[in-house]
Amino acid sequence: MIGSRRQILARKILLWIALILGACFAALPVLWMVSSSFKSNLKIFAYPPALIDESFSFDAYLAVLGDPGQLRFFFNSYLVAILVTICTVVTSIMAGYAFSRYDFRFKKILNLVIIGVQSVPPITLMIPYFGLIVWLGIYNSYAALVLTYMVFTLSYAIIMMTGYFNTLPRDLDEAVMIDGGGSFVTLWRILVPISLPGIVAVGVYTFMLAWNEFLFALTLTRTNDMRTVPIGIHLLMGQHSFEWNQMLALSVLGSLPVLILFLLFQRYFIAGMSAGSIKG
Amino acid sequence: MVTSAQSQVAETPNVRWEQRKRKLLPYGYLSPTLILLAALTIVPIVTVFLYSLVDNVIVNPNPPEFVGLDNYEEVLTHRKFRGALSNTIYFSLVSVVAHFFIGLSFALMLNSRLLGANVKAVFRVIYILPWVFTASIIAILWRLLLNPHGVVNFVLLELGLVEELQEFLSDRRLALNAVTFINIWSGYPFYLVSFLAGLQGIPDDLYEAGRVDGGNAWQLFLNITLPQLKPIIISLALLDFIWTIHQFTLIWMTTGGGPMRSTEVLSTYTYKAAFSSHEYSIASTIAMVILGICTFVAIFYVRSQRMVDE
Repeated sequence: MIGSRRQILARKILLWIALILGACFAALPVLWMVSSSFKSNLKIFAYPPALIDESFSFDAYLAVLGDPGQLRFFFNSYLVAILVTICTVVTSIMAGYAFSRYDFRFKKILNLVIIGVQSVPPITLMIPYFGLIVWLGIYNSYAALVLTYMVFTLSYAIIMMTGYFNTLPRDLDEAVMIDGGGSFVTLWRILVPISLPGIVAVGVYTFMLAWNEFLFALTLTRTNDMRTVPIGIHLLMGQHSFEWNQMLALSVLGSLPVLILFLLFQRYFIAGMSAGSIKG
Repeated sequence: MVTSAQSQVAETPNVRWEQRKRKLLPYGYLSPTLILLAALTIVPIVTVFLYSLVDNVIVNPNPPEFVGLDNYEEVLTHRKFRGALSNTIYFSLVSVVAHFFIGLSFALMLNSRLLGANVKAVFRVIYILPWVFTASIIAILWRLLLNPHGVVNFVLLELGLVEELQEFLSDRRLALNAVTFINIWSGYPFYLVSFLAGLQGIPDDLYEAGRVDGGNAWQLFLNITLPQLKPIIISLALLDFIWTIHQFTLIWMTTGGGPMRSTEVLSTYTYKAAFSSHEYSIASTIAMVILGICTFVAIFYVRSQRMVDE
């Protein structure tokens, strides 16, 4: 099986060529977006195109960061995403605990419902949703966005948390229970601290989803002081003059939080995914 | 789950209360989830179903009128609906197949023994990069690249692959393939990450045994890697298919369904029927059809999932 050195070398070269072609496919578009955000708007489609030209400046970034309206989009996105993450993590820990540690009558059917919710198309909910949110008196508020995003983050989070709790031995919590600790104590004092990797995976996943959501953020908010970054980008696009460099700068800034989160927690995240829904 | 400690204790009222509490506890833990899902998923689905059976809903001066399945007949036989349906199926099928091949190839490359750990870590981040961008940013990014005066046209022209500048996103013949390509670019990392996790879970012994039996790399891949990844492949493909069927943002922000409805998919068609034409009954009916398709695929997905051990 072990080939000659020349064969191994040939394989290595082929592998590197494929790796670099793949990297170009994945990263060149992103590189172009970042470099264009430093150009002046007139130079965006200059011929011939250059990665960096003489119009290089931070003007677009300064314009975005100096605009209180744009900063408000960031504030809203952070606030909503953080609230959704906290609420989803707490709710999914409780639900995952119930699924992992208890037998109860409707367990199977509730489990099916929760897995099934993942496949409900957002556009199907859209039409009555608007009326429902208005009726609840939370139209154009953070509450509307937070509750809505939880609908879309919860089921995956619960599946991931249940999967994670299932990997922890039951002896652990049973020992605490016999010592007189209630189930609530067992969950928060014993299971939660050792489930941190799973919880981080759920949290990062939830934050990403909430940070990126578009359709409901567009429909459930009316005023610009309630809108999030994706909608801010959409609004810039809608204006009659295309401020390409500002849109791109806003896009780069809007992607940074998710990119940083991902780089920090990628190990947890990949591990959490394999423990979660993608388990066969 | 009855522990031995419990069964030894006599049936005092206190114990009975404890047992009852134990029965109700899981529902207590699940109550926030159940309330939320009932209010914001079940209620809207029932409402949209009722809307689909009625004419003159929401903003209409005439009183609502029950029409049974007439809306479904109108929608299903409409030329625009059929166009949107076939676009959706093309968009979704091509995306899922391409995601699978790209995700698996990249995962296999990153799993190769010929690469050092640091090289793998760097390329893993590069390959996952498209995943961190939200659909509206991906739309901007590709509108920049695919612009008639953009860099893609420049490169293709220089290489002699095209003879004139192409309007990728506003040419009827190209737009559907262009948005599909964008969706492929943005969606494969989900597969990559899952396959990486899956590949790491395949025990080395299997490959050792395979090599002892004289299998070459290709045979090992066919007989060990693929069967081991099969559960992941099935649930990924089904989940991705469901997600792609209701993809909205990407198409809405690149082509808006145009030109001449050449990229109209079911979700943009629904959105337009509801929020541009204010035909809420028709929009609700299309929304129910999308739900039906997704539910059909979801049945297979749920079957492939075994979250609760039986």
